[in-house]
Amino acid sequence: MSDISWGLWKLLLNGVWITVQLTVYSAALGVVVAFGIGIARTHRLRIVRFLSGAYFEIFRGTSALIFMFWVFFVLPLAFGWQLVPMWAAVLALGMTYGAYGSEIVRGAIAAVSPGQREAAIALSFSPAQQLRKVILPQAWPEMVPPFNNLAIELLKGTALVSLLGVPDIAFGAQLVRNATTRSAPVYTIILVMYFVLAFVLTRGMRVVERHAKAGIGQAPPKRAGLTTTLSIGKQTSPIGPVARTAAGPTTGAATEGEA
Amino acid sequence: MKFDWSAVGDFMPLFWRGVVVTLEVLALGSLMAFALGLVWALAQRSSLKVVRWPVTALTEFVRNTPLLVQLFFLFYVMPEWGVTLTAMVTGVLGLGLHYSTYTAEVYRAGIDGVPVGQWEAATALSLPRSRTWIAVILPQAIRRVVPALGNYVIAMLKDSPMLFAIGVLEMLGQARQFSSQTFQTVEAYTVVGIAFILIAYPASLLLRALERRLVR
Repeated sequence: MSDISWGLWKLLLNGVWITVQLTVYSAALGVVVAFGIGIARTHRLRIVRFLSGAYFEIFRGTSALIFMFWVFFVLPLAFGWQLVPMWAAVLALGMTYGAYGSEIVRGAIAAVSPGQREAAIALSFSPAQQLRKVILPQAWPEMVPPFNNLAIELLKGTALVSLLGVPDIAFGAQLVRNATTRSAPVYTIILVMYFVLAFVLTRGMRVVERHAKAGIGQAPPKRAGLTTTLSIGKQTSPIGPVARTAAGPTTGAATEGEA
Repeated sequence: MKFDWSAVGDFMPLFWRGVVVTLEVLALGSLMAFALGLVWALAQRSSLKVVRWPVTALTEFVRNTPLLVQLFFLFYVMPEWGVTLTAMVTGVLGLGLHYSTYTAEVYRAGIDGVPVGQWEAATALSLPRSRTWIAVILPQAIRRVVPALGNYVIAMLKDSPMLFAIGVLEMLGQARQFSSQTFQTVEAYTVVGIAFILIAYPASLLLRALERRLVR
């Protein structure tokens, strides 16, 4: 480990900063896409549901890496849009993981009990008001734990950008490997770096979850919510449809199945 | 924008070779993920702390770090330790190991989902531990998680392009090689992108049907 000089360490730390930036920007784009598409998939109009559903199926069907390559190599040739590698990566990651997120948003909206929407209609709220004042505030706490898993998937996904030459952690590791001619130390270090980033992300999302739960009057778990997050995590830890099967025959199955 | 269909024709032989490699990697990787995942899931239920703790730590670590970096780790570090494997074998190992940490969670959920009465019945019949697992618990648990395992096969399919980074010539690798030789970039990457959707979408429909059948 000592043969990694200060200059090389700086390379890796710059990489950490790039990875953090990529994660934050892609997550921001991803959240916008997830809510946009997720809400559109519950729209009254069939055509809106169809188009947003098509978006979801296309981006779920293709690989993030392939789409990234496509944005990076095909867009400039086909349409003449040359994006900076960093933004091409953010676009590809945000759109792909946003599509996965839309399933979370849709599921959480569908899991809000129908009586709530009916009550909002009875109070003659407009559809936008129903969503903003009644549905989303209750759906939001349900979304946080699966969004946490998705955020970690996104963090892991950012490593792909090193293949396009964006100088993130994985890219820095390649340079350090070339400089030191040894692989074991540097790759061990960066695996730990990624793990620490994922850990910090999870901790941050716990705080968000606690706020979200408190917002709808559910008792915020006192002891860092270990037991609560575990019981939620059991249903939601794998992304997407897995959650439904994992929930199995428990009481949650009815609502989860709908979702 | 011009789309050259003759380039698509030129790419086809390479493309099919890539498809075969992708499917090979997927099949072998899935088998490894299914088998290893079950091992992790059972080890995490062990009554011995020395077994439970390291396995939990390992699976958490592998699950929370990028597959791409793990592939590089296996590809570059294993030779330093005196184990030299081909890119293909490394890729299968990496993919299988990474996804085994996900399938372990799936198995765990499936095992937890087996009603307590089944355990009690097995105890009442004084079945030995191994028979309880093999004849009572696992058949019920696995039946329930087949669709979830299938979802991870699709996820593995979508992560398989990463293997080109260590030199496996699967679909993306072939597309990259083709475009660097002929400069028909648009066609090669577009074909591969569409191929992924054409494989993944019917597969996910199939899984949904399977899910309706198996999970009541």
